[in-house]
Amino acid sequence: MKNIVKKYGDGFPAVNDVSIDVADGEFMILVGPSGCGKSTLLRMIVGLEDITSGEMIIGDRQVNDLAPRDRNLAMVFQNYALYPHLSVYENIAFPLRLAGASDKDVDEKVRAAAATLELEEHLERKPGNLSGGQRQRVAMGRAIVRDADAFLFDEPLSNLDAKLRGQMRTEISRLQKRLGITTVYVTHDQTEAMTLGDRVAVLKRGILQQLATPRELYENPGNLFVAGFIGSPPMNFLPATVEGTTAKLPFGDVQLPPHKAERAQGHDLLLAGIRPEHFDDASTREGARGSTFRATVEVVEWLGNETYAYIPYEAPPEITEKLRQLERELDSEAMHTQLVAALSGGSRIREGEEAEIWVDASRVHLFDPETGRNLTVDTERAGTIPELETTA
Amino acid sequence: MAASKETRTRIGTWIGFVIILIWCLLPVVWILSLSFKGPGETAAGSPQFLPKHWTIQNYRDVLGFGTVSTGQEGTHTDFLSALRNSFGIAAVATVLSVIFATLAAYAIARLDFKGKRLVLSLALAIAMFPVVALVGPLFDLWRVLGLFNTWPGLIIPYMSFTLPLAIWTLSAFFREIPWEMEQAAQVDGATSWQAFRKVIVPLAAPGVFTAAILTFFFAWNEFVLAISLTSTTASRTVPAQLSFFVGPDPFNPPYGLLATASVVVTVPIIIIVLLFQRKIVAGLTSGAVKG
Repeated sequence: MKNIVKKYGDGFPAVNDVSIDVADGEFMILVGPSGCGKSTLLRMIVGLEDITSGEMIIGDRQVNDLAPRDRNLAMVFQNYALYPHLSVYENIAFPLRLAGASDKDVDEKVRAAAATLELEEHLERKPGNLSGGQRQRVAMGRAIVRDADAFLFDEPLSNLDAKLRGQMRTEISRLQKRLGITTVYVTHDQTEAMTLGDRVAVLKRGILQQLATPRELYENPGNLFVAGFIGSPPMNFLPATVEGTTAKLPFGDVQLPPHKAERAQGHDLLLAGIRPEHFDDASTREGARGSTFRATVEVVEWLGNETYAYIPYEAPPEITEKLRQLERELDSEAMHTQLVAALSGGSRIREGEEAEIWVDASRVHLFDPETGRNLTVDTERAGTIPELETTA
Repeated sequence: MAASKETRTRIGTWIGFVIILIWCLLPVVWILSLSFKGPGETAAGSPQFLPKHWTIQNYRDVLGFGTVSTGQEGTHTDFLSALRNSFGIAAVATVLSVIFATLAAYAIARLDFKGKRLVLSLALAIAMFPVVALVGPLFDLWRVLGLFNTWPGLIIPYMSFTLPLAIWTLSAFFREIPWEMEQAAQVDGATSWQAFRKVIVPLAAPGVFTAAILTFFFAWNEFVLAISLTSTTASRTVPAQLSFFVGPDPFNPPYGLLATASVVVTVPIIIIVLLFQRKIVAGLTSGAVKG
């Protein structure tokens, strides 16, 4: 349905050479830390922001120079942008009235939309008297009354509290599935990205990093940035050197699968990326294949179903520098050079103890610290990684 | 102890209220009382506050109903035409001024154009310009252009003196309105003009009414230009007309009539304020976006 190649730049390229093809009926997520250009991209789709170069195609129509009202898209704004002087009914009816629909038509469609969103009893109220979640639904109502070609959401849940956010997330997902309408959804929240999206586009500083399904992103991140961004707690990055099929980590040696080890040849120092859940308490994983090492656990957080163990380690300065840079890019809290391991809830490891930790070596990713590229990525199952395509 | 302190605070507050009320309302009450006194009483050396003999003769003379006192036969026709002029001129000036100011203020609040600061500071400079300094030049200019003693002759200067204030007030209001409102309207299928008219203007309504009231007051009360740029009752407004009220002789100004006319012209102002006050509800935009 869309085939977008867009460059944007007034000195500063907020969105740089991004190509995304959104299929009809697909739920596409644009995700990235703040300032990565995802909102700009969305606003270019809807026509509130000029496109410097490249082309925007909706259906088979190029819409670069069309005004927002001629694009037939519906958008839900971050702050909802409801019209405070109009009742909920008139807010939802607004697009229809502009289109010159008859009163009967308007009434029918507004009531239908209100029924879908369970807003019937609020129709005569003013937006000022509604709760956050209700306002959110009104904003969505205004979007669904029109037969728009696509829905655009600009961080619609970021103003809601955590509980409501979860509910509305499910609500949006259900609505989209039922209406089967193409949706582009901007968020900085990776939970929303993972749960809602058919496919997710990860952006960094206006550059598309990877475009893939949530599962592909999680299991096959294209580079350090994507790996660090997707997943909570984030992936651990450890300095590693590979000799043969043995990876030397700060804690000990890990046996890598041969095909991964092979890809690492020719690099001295590497970053090994291991997700917290691919560690475990060795005593609860008797006989599982993988390597074990001994380390002193500094802090333990027991959550019931699992236990987070924090294990500090020493890293060479160039690695520390790289990790600092990465954490700036991710816009995240300081990542100390410590390892986070999600152990099973049954683990009896206590703070300050030396423990035997098991690691699933087959799930280890190896990154080139210079380029940040994932050397062990399975390109078959990683969606689109623009970086790799240009060099290929 | 605490209770008595509270009562004292309350009593103090009320004393304050009463003092302020007396301070503000005394002149008004004095004028009201004057308007019900006969000429004999107002001319007396030491008049008392309330009339000895209540009379509505002054109202008869000014508005021209019932029997009119001798010597005041022409007063009411002049006054009524002045009242008409005042209404017409103030209304036209207000409407035009608010329309222009709305458009200008919207452009200033929304668009980034060269010379924006210049326009704003120029507007402020005009607002601070002393009106009296313009009377002479305007008098000459209006005579040449044929605008002397006409409605437009007063409407134009009134507009130019009220526009700056209106523009400043309105652009402040427009700036308060989240830009997303307009963008949402555009995405919903509105043209820029529709977005402006259906979303922005209703939201800026309190600002529009504030600007309208300020403009109307200025035009309604203005005296210097009104007396200088008019010569007959064809365009003379009430404040200017009052100076043409004459008493029985030069040493006995018609205080009663002047007071009555003042009361008559104050009533519409009070009505207008009461009407518009309900429209001037701050915080109309609350609920538009998440606060």
